[in-house]
Amino acid sequence: MPDLTTNCAGIVSPNPFWLASAPPTNSGEQVMRAFDAGWGGAVWKTLGQPIQNVSSRFGAIRWKGMAGVGFNNIELITDRPLEANFREIAEVKQRYPKHAVIVSLMVETQDEWKDIIKRSIDAGADGIELNFGCPHGMCERGMGSAVGQEPLVNERITSWAVEYSTVPVLVKLTPNVDDILPHGRAAQAGGAHGVSLINTIKSVIGVDIDTFVPQPVVGGQSTNGGYCGAAVRPIALHMVAALARDPDFNIPISGIGGITNWRDAVEFMLLGSTSVQVCTEVMLRGYRIVEDMIEGLETWMDDKGFAKTDDFVGRAVPSYQEWGDLDLNFELIAKIDAATCIGCQLCMVACHDGAHQCIHPNPDGSRVPIVDEPECVGCNLCEIVCPVPECITMVEVDNGYAPATWNQHVGQGAPLRPKKGSHD
Amino acid sequence: MPPPLPSERSETSFADFKPAYTPGQASMEANRCLFCNDAPCIAACPTGIDIPGFIRKIATGNLRGSARSIFDANILGMSCARVCPVEVLCVGDCVYHHMGVPPIQIGKLQRHATDVAYGEGWRFFEAGPDTGKSIGLVGAGPASLAAAHELRRLGHACAVYERRSVLGGLNTTGVAPYKMRGDRSLSEVAWILRIGGVAIETGVRVPDDVSWDELSSRHDALFIGLGLGADRLLDLPGSDLQGVGGAVAWIEAMKLGAVDLSGVQSAVVLGGGNTAIDAVRELTGLGIPKTTMVYRRTEARMSGYAHEWAAAKQQGIAAAWARQPIAYEGDGGRVAGVRCVHLDDDAQAVEGSGHVIPADLVLLAIGQARLADVVSGLDGVAIEDGRLVVDEHGATGRPGVYAGGDCANGGKEVVNAAAEGKAAARAIDTWLDGKE
Ligand SMILES: Cc1cc2nc3c(=O)[nH]c(=O)nc-3n(C[C@H](O)[C@H](O)[C@H](O)COP(=O)(O)OP(=O)(O)OC[C@H]3O[C@@H](n4cnc5c(N)ncnc54)[C@H](O)[C@@H]3O)c2cc1C
Ligand SMILES: Cc1cc2nc3c(=O)[nH]c(=O)nc-3n(C[C@H](O)[C@H](O)[C@H](O)COP(=O)(O)O)c2cc1C
Ligand code: SF4
Repeated sequence: MPDLTTNCAGIVSPNPFWLASAPPTNSGEQVMRAFDAGWGGAVWKTLGQPIQNVSSRFGAIRWKGMAGVGFNNIELITDRPLEANFREIAEVKQRYPKHAVIVSLMVETQDEWKDIIKRSIDAGADGIELNFGCPHGMCERGMGSAVGQEPLVNERITSWAVEYSTVPVLVKLTPNVDDILPHGRAAQAGGAHGVSLINTIKSVIGVDIDTFVPQPVVGGQSTNGGYCGAAVRPIALHMVAALARDPDFNIPISGIGGITNWRDAVEFMLLGSTSVQVCTEVMLRGYRIVEDMIEGLETWMDDKGFAKTDDFVGRAVPSYQEWGDLDLNFELIAKIDAATCIGCQLCMVACHDGAHQCIHPNPDGSRVPIVDEPECVGCNLCEIVCPVPECITMVEVDNGYAPATWNQHVGQGAPLRPKKGSHD
Repeated sequence: MPPPLPSERSETSFADFKPAYTPGQASMEANRCLFCNDAPCIAACPTGIDIPGFIRKIATGNLRGSARSIFDANILGMSCARVCPVEVLCVGDCVYHHMGVPPIQIGKLQRHATDVAYGEGWRFFEAGPDTGKSIGLVGAGPASLAAAHELRRLGHACAVYERRSVLGGLNTTGVAPYKMRGDRSLSEVAWILRIGGVAIETGVRVPDDVSWDELSSRHDALFIGLGLGADRLLDLPGSDLQGVGGAVAWIEAMKLGAVDLSGVQSAVVLGGGNTAIDAVRELTGLGIPKTTMVYRRTEARMSGYAHEWAAAKQQGIAAAWARQPIAYEGDGGRVAGVRCVHLDDDAQAVEGSGHVIPADLVLLAIGQARLADVVSGLDGVAIEDGRLVVDEHGATGRPGVYAGGDCANGGKEVVNAAAEGKAAARAIDTWLDGKE
């Protein structure tokens, strides 16, 4: 059985699965149930001056009848008294000494930071997470993403926190920036032990087309909120990877954003996350999804021969390159397996309307389309739209050309294979 | 291990009525599951499998975890996936019914996960640390197998006494081959027994070959899982004609070997329960041109499941309702038909309604004999209504003697036998603990 024990920036948990700071970590009773279900750590719902929330506060994208592929919220930090939160943190830590409790914080002044960090640590926090990410409400008060978008402010507040804290400090970054690198580096420069990302993405989730009010509706009005859930995973993965491959950035990452199951978690870890955090999927399905996450990860590690998570964290980072360093002479073509093809011809439509017009009706009259291989550019759109697993495969062609990247072509005149699919 | 079944078996000509999913089909169906909280399907499963949990694991590609969840609740999860009447159990309670959306095909998904587990040879369970205790189990059907496996997980040694040479009980000898064939049931028995520490004695009829006293002295506790008795027959004129027999016996012959149906042009099955429906579907599947189910009540009041009868009708099978057989008619020592009368709404014979339904083969599916005196000699164990009397943990009136499955519940399903066997195993463990 592989060992899932995780040490992320000095915060140790029995597995890499943490609850992100959000409603699922609102109270001690919830966090204890989550630990019973199998979660390894919990980042407590952000503490600060308790706020007043609006109602309603959530919105969701529906896709084929399922709600929550993308999710959005306009809630703020904790609305519960600080004393209650600290009392419950202490109780959780007493009852679950081996699980990680990270306390998320968001306050304004240096004195407030000093005070709230001390109280968190006194309550038993294993780590502190600085919420520099919330993209609504709090940023208008000069906190949250207003801090996360200014590297200098980020670095300064981080350095205060590091000074006041005797436990590891994580900085939670906002994705609402054009380039994540200066922000990750600012946290590092401030002395952070690690970063967590991403927080939610500024968004308007929808509009009620009968009342003409955007969602979520509060009275007759709405406002922008934070986008999260499965749909944001690609954005989160990119930001995590961008930091992981930055030679100037070398503190641990806790990956967040659209993680719904163990596969998603493995992807984040392969791109450099030491631990992962989940919010939306737990809000939609409950704590018990972690059972499959643990088992799925263990089984996958067994299959791959990994004994501990460190054996694979970051394993996909080296193969992430700049476009100019990709081999332009590498050639794939689509092959359709007539035996498993169900004749839906989604591939034909996709290729004709959305790609390079090289999948055609079969001249023999059957519904299995044929690929015009000399014209196929190997884009793999057909493989993506095919509903039958393994029916369309992308097969490598030996075209006789030595590998050549764009940079090699421009710099050293490396020869490129003839272009395909231009129909000229 | 007893020898495999002969390769020449009539049952091998049947294809699966519900074919297996391909991985793509399973994944699509799994992704439809809503992952309900406190899901009604779980409550509808006698073994309480975490259905949304195992389905989610199929959806995420965690097949090993999926199979483990199933087997952890029900070690007969592979056969149950095929033979359970899911329409009236888990699938019947899927919340999608309330939306007018087709329910999740739980049985087929369960079959997918468990078949992959068998194919890959995954093992999930180890015997518990040896307790030094030994339990004797009578009968090697689903009830005893489930009990034995659970007892082994708890560390108790087991010995199973079975009167036949084949193991698996009616799962091997009774269930319709278009649900599961005998060899598949035997592979399940082997899979269960891989936990080790279960001694098997076949060809032993209790109490004739080994007395209850002897069993009680050999073991610290006993589990009785001997199922129901032979087919009940009707004492009518002509019952000794060739071609008249019990349906369960005929099904067993068809599953364990080849039955000779040469010259049989038409068949009649008497009864209106699930065994009757199985028999008419099996006869039709084996090529009998005309098979009729003859039942004393009306279609609305038949005891067989509506979904099973609907499938029979789809095969073109007809029934003669509200008929009472009064004699078998013969022709040269062989049956040629069943003489019947119509019954009116008060189940009274309608005068002058006598008629003969032609049949070269007549199978009786009017129930199996209840237990009579098998347990005489076991003081404290009572029989009521043909069932062994047990409490909710499977305990009989005699300390240390437990029972489950058909012999205690009067004849239900494989999944009930599995649930009762497992529950009794736990009760035995608790009882042994308490004795220390
Ligand atoms: C024709 C038919 C079709 C069925 N189809 C289905 C179906 O599709 N789905 C479903 O869920 N259920 C079905 N059932 C019901 C199901 O098979 C039973 O509920 C289940 O097998 C009961 O398990 P058991 O262990 O209690 O008894 P059994 O399966 O009957 O096993 C009892 C075992 O005890 C042995 N035994 C009996 N007496 C003695 C003795 N004195 N000494 C030693 N050994 C003895 C028997 O040989 C047998 O092996 C069907 C039943 C029949 C008759
Ligand atoms: C309703 C809601 C409330 C949230 N509250 C907080 C918060 O108080 N502090 C914080 O750091 N992040 C908060 N988040 C952001 C999440 O912690 C997380 O970063 C984000 O939702 C992306 O992860 P996901 O896709 O798994 O939901 C909140 C998210 C949601 C949906
Ligand atoms: S989820 Fe609970 S708190 Fe929210 S609206 Fe529904 S009932 Fe109210």
